[in-house]
Amino acid sequence: MPPVVRLRSAVCLLGRFPALAGVDLDVGEGEVVLVSGGNGAGKTTLLRLLAGLVPLRSGSAWVLGSDLSEDSKTHRRQLSLVGHETGCYDDLTVAENVRFAARAANVADPPEEEVLHQFGLTPLRDVVHGRLSAGQRRRLGFAIAMVRTPKLLLLDEPHAGLDAEGRAALDAMVAGSPAAGRSVVLVSHELERTRPLAAREVVLTAGQAHGALPESSRAVEGPATELREDTTQSGSRT
Amino acid sequence: MNLLREAALVAGKDLRIEVRSRVTVQQILPFGLVVLLLFAFALDPHSGTLSKAAPGVFWITVLFAALLAIGRSFSIEAENGARDGLRLSGLDSAALFLGKAGAVVIELAALEALLAAGVVLLFNVGLGGALPLALATVAATVGVAATGTLYGVLAAGLRVRETLLPVLLLPVVAPVLLGATRAWEAAISGASSDAWPWVALLGIFAVLFTGIGMLAFGPLLEES
Repeated sequence: MPPVVRLRSAVCLLGRFPALAGVDLDVGEGEVVLVSGGNGAGKTTLLRLLAGLVPLRSGSAWVLGSDLSEDSKTHRRQLSLVGHETGCYDDLTVAENVRFAARAANVADPPEEEVLHQFGLTPLRDVVHGRLSAGQRRRLGFAIAMVRTPKLLLLDEPHAGLDAEGRAALDAMVAGSPAAGRSVVLVSHELERTRPLAAREVVLTAGQAHGALPESSRAVEGPATELREDTTQSGSRT
Repeated sequence: MNLLREAALVAGKDLRIEVRSRVTVQQILPFGLVVLLLFAFALDPHSGTLSKAAPGVFWITVLFAALLAIGRSFSIEAENGARDGLRLSGLDSAALFLGKAGAVVIELAALEALLAAGVVLLFNVGLGGALPLALATVAATVGVAATGTLYGVLAAGLRVRETLLPVLLLPVVAPVLLGATRAWEAAISGASSDAWPWVALLGIFAVLFTGIGMLAFGPLLEES
């Protein structure tokens, strides 16, 4: 089965600065991968690349079957990204924001009530987003991510601003992902909390990844060889 | 069909936000009425200038109000990273364009109805020639909303979007101002046959920019 994420020598520029400078990364179906690294190492850019929000400058990137050098949009419906902002509308209620996200993703029978309950938002369902606290907004971000029933979940510092109850709900969601067949790429500085949740840790340093390929991939063939094969088959740019 | 469903979803979201925030009712409408009032003060009511200028004043006021409505339409996407949320939503970009433009059309139509009443009261004109008047108004409103939505997303990602949008948009919608004003003048004066070429021009403009918007909105949203 092909990996959900497959990056080879991926380069992303922010302006003229290489935020990602040749990253290799594989994420399998139902795998939880922790991405760690210092400030400015490229962690958020990595998530935004996987979501198709920043362009791939060189190398190859396949996410959920889409070659991002050719098409960075089609796979978006199958993933959810929870970043530093919720992507919600201040004048819509919690329930309305969740419903809009579910309908936009065209999810059949979206689990709206379940996700509200899962993140303790049921009592707040009729409160507008603008009146929520930072932690409640964070929970709403997770609820919106989950109502889309994603195959790939991208989490950027997800524990920030959450209380103990919210952290427990988040950990349960991540821990339950492998069983649900949902892959997770989790960026965090809270390593003691997140390491037990992850099958593997990737360390980003100055836009380069260490430990990004599972043992099986490294043993069979090196990243450079795989890159050449990919680009030959797909005709994508390098 | 999916395109229309998604467009209706986006338009419904924008209109719900407007109803709840009341920006259109509490800020844009009063602004439009104040502009009409200032023109009424500035033009001499005894020389007949006021009634002659009424169509032009009406459409200039509509354009000013449209700038605010379009700016508002994109400012709600700038909060809380909502623009990235839209990009990730999975919605078709043509549907996003139609939805956002459609919401602006509905807001402008409501504003125009109230501003037209203001023109009748303040400028002492009768709105005759109902059919060409109505068609010209619909076509001009769609044209302004489509063009504004296209240029709105172009300016959305820039720090200077509030000041850049009028500079970009007003020259492009000059044909709408001209066509709508001439169509209204002809309809009000009872010479409806003179209004139809202008109505046709407005219709072509609306169709053209709706088509361009459906094609270009996606790439512009990605770049913004």
